[in-house]
Amino acid sequence: MSAASLSVTDLRFRYPGEHHDALHGLSIEIEAGERVAILGPNGSGKTTFVMHLNGLLSTQSGEVCIGDTPVVEEHLREVRRRVGAVFQDADDQLFMSTVREDVAFGPANLGIAGDELGELVERTLERVGAGGYADRNPHHLSGGEKRRVAIATVLSMDPDVLVLDEPTSGLDPAGRRELIDLLSSLPQTQLIVTHDLPLALQLCDRSVIVSGGQVVADAPTAVLLSDAALLAEHRLELPMGFDPSKF
Amino acid sequence: MSGAHGSTVSRIFIPGDSRIHRLPSETKLVAVVAAVVVMAVTPRQEVVAFVLYAVGAWSVIAMTGIGLATYVKRLAVIIPFVLFAVIVPFLGGGESVQVVGVSLSVDGLWATWNILVKAGLGATLSIALSATTRVPELLHGLTRLRVPRLLVAIIAFMLRYIDVLVEQLGRMRRSMVARGHDPRWLWQVKPIASSAGALFVRSYERGERVHQAMLARGYSGVMPVVTDRQASLREWLSVMLYPLVFVVVLVVAVM
Amino acid sequence: MHAPDGFLQPSVALVTAILSIGVLALGLRHAGRELGDRQVPLAGVAAAFIFAAQMVNFPVAAGTTGHLLGGALAAVLLGPWVGMLVVSVVVIVQALLFADGGLTALGYNTLNMAIVTAFGGWAAFLLMRKVMPRTSGGVVGAGAVAAGISVVLSAAAFSIEWLFGASAPVAFDTVFGAMVGVHVLIGIGEAVLTGLVLSAVMASRPDLVIGAQHLTHDELAAKSRVGMRPFLIGSVFAAVVVGVVISQFAASSPDGLERVAIDNGFAESASDHIFGSSVFSDYATAGVSNESLSLAVAGIAGIAVTLLVGGGVLSASRSVRRRQMA
Repeated sequence: MSAASLSVTDLRFRYPGEHHDALHGLSIEIEAGERVAILGPNGSGKTTFVMHLNGLLSTQSGEVCIGDTPVVEEHLREVRRRVGAVFQDADDQLFMSTVREDVAFGPANLGIAGDELGELVERTLERVGAGGYADRNPHHLSGGEKRRVAIATVLSMDPDVLVLDEPTSGLDPAGRRELIDLLSSLPQTQLIVTHDLPLALQLCDRSVIVSGGQVVADAPTAVLLSDAALLAEHRLELPMGFDPSKF
Repeated sequence: MSGAHGSTVSRIFIPGDSRIHRLPSETKLVAVVAAVVVMAVTPRQEVVAFVLYAVGAWSVIAMTGIGLATYVKRLAVIIPFVLFAVIVPFLGGGESVQVVGVSLSVDGLWATWNILVKAGLGATLSIALSATTRVPELLHGLTRLRVPRLLVAIIAFMLRYIDVLVEQLGRMRRSMVARGHDPRWLWQVKPIASSAGALFVRSYERGERVHQAMLARGYSGVMPVVTDRQASLREWLSVMLYPLVFVVVLVVAVM
Repeated sequence: MHAPDGFLQPSVALVTAILSIGVLALGLRHAGRELGDRQVPLAGVAAAFIFAAQMVNFPVAAGTTGHLLGGALAAVLLGPWVGMLVVSVVVIVQALLFADGGLTALGYNTLNMAIVTAFGGWAAFLLMRKVMPRTSGGVVGAGAVAAGISVVLSAAAFSIEWLFGASAPVAFDTVFGAMVGVHVLIGIGEAVLTGLVLSAVMASRPDLVIGAQHLTHDELAAKSRVGMRPFLIGSVFAAVVVGVVISQFAASSPDGLERVAIDNGFAESASDHIFGSSVFSDYATAGVSNESLSLAVAGIAGIAVTLLVGGGVLSASRSVRRRQMA
């Protein structure tokens, strides 16, 4: 497992038929192995942004690079191997009939087969603490189990960058803690899109706020979360009684 | 038109460790289809043959260990046709017999027997198949039998998401009931139908998100096949014994 | 109408199976061209939707319930090829996993419940769309009427198969009258439900409805909704008319049309050798009240089903080609 840097320069994007840019000159540099929280209100362009990172949306203007590789049509295959995207609803991510097939889907598309594939699946499930889940029906997993298996479905492709969309939504406290333990143990560069500000503080040294399709703040998480005016301006709120300075 | 489907996908398979459970799925599929075909083409007057088929089919059910109650409950899907079959002797013409003062068509009685026995035995074997085969294994079996991969993949996605959608629908229904909705007449069904419309939109959007999740993991339009073991010749032979017995019964009966 | 094993003669099972497999193979190809690599997830989830929608029981009248069949709905929402494919998958899964419909009956069950309803419903939808206003409400109304028609077509198709492959001594005209009669009623429920589901989808995501793709932005926005009550009254009226016409056909006493046939000497000359020929099941023809009339009914029904289903297939294929060229 390795990590790669990520560089986004002046990214602009407008959905067909819309009158406003969803992304309006977004730029960000992320070091290899860094964990960065992407914060921002609903409709700020976070999802549009992360969909550019693995080419699910193709750039209209600007540039996205994973390491030295620009995200363009001819590199899509490589980019999608190197950038693992974990979607918000694990039921979208786990679409096969068994956990085994789901974890095998990505590597099988890369041409891995046979015993090698079987071992890779077992190893990856062990890695996320879901060893022995291979034959289970994804529908029957708990929320926390689903989320860990969803992460396994991209880890099995040996990515350099992980992009996680609201990884803790819908999890119970124990499931949330297990997920945080798992993410902090992974060496990949991580982008965590979330409304869960304590999660950002716990996992990420650095946070950025995306609003109106641009990066409006980029600072150490503790500093950012202490700026009450900035948070309020972008519809972000800490839980009642939560004091980031005491964390 | 059949009524509601009592159970959803996850409840079809009944865990067990019987010989039937352990058979490779493709051998079960072929054996069941072959046996049902033999049975369907057997002339109805070969009563002895049908009795032997029934013994065969029921012994398979017994071997699965799914229990009589489950078997009978699942057999209920053929009830609409049983009803049809039962009225046939009253409609049919031709030679008739008097049964407790009621004139019944002899030919009609034969037809009733024909429908009941074939529908019942066909359903029995299907139940034995679906109750002992996990969905993923069934899908692998279809793939190994060279059913187009595209079709198997669509079936697989359907089965994966049925329970998800049924749960969504259940939540919508509960929220309606919670607000006092209790329709009794056709013109009161608007909220139910609207929730079905909303469910379609959500399903379609889910389909699009799933597609993106597939692309994100390198999908290029061809479903990868995760291969596992093929059925051995011995397993094939031991399973095909059943339809073979059916064929022998048919041949002997007709001769 | 998930017929069990042995309900129709093996010959009919075989012929319809070959036909259905052929159409299904074409459907996979067409749907693949329309949806590209989205085919597997979208068709799969749509099939799950139709299956779930069929599980929803709705009240017909105090105590009795019915449920959606969804063939025409799937065609209007997803286009006829994808719609046919999706409903076929539902029928196959019901047989394979729920023992609902026999494995040897899959040929005619798929034909009647998926192919005839999707393509027949699509053709009826295109026809109805021409007489309805070019608005959201027009699409909903056309879809609803088409759904009702598709159910009746399905029943007619079954009756015609009965003529060739009856397994019980019930005459064709009895089966035809009963099947079509009952399905006119079921068709009303199907029409109402399809209309309501369509209007809910049109209200939130009209862009998803293939049957509404011809509408411009302004036409979609125009508010001319077809109300529930006039629609119900209209469909009951239509049902009564159809019912009267059918009972005229199926009645055992000589009536208008039969009179015509007898007067023309068609009755005697046509009867024996046509119905006596081996193509038809002896059962389906043995007890018929008037052979030439029954044959005429079968012929007309057959032509109607073939025209609508064939028309649906043709226009579906043509629209695919147009979309590809665009």
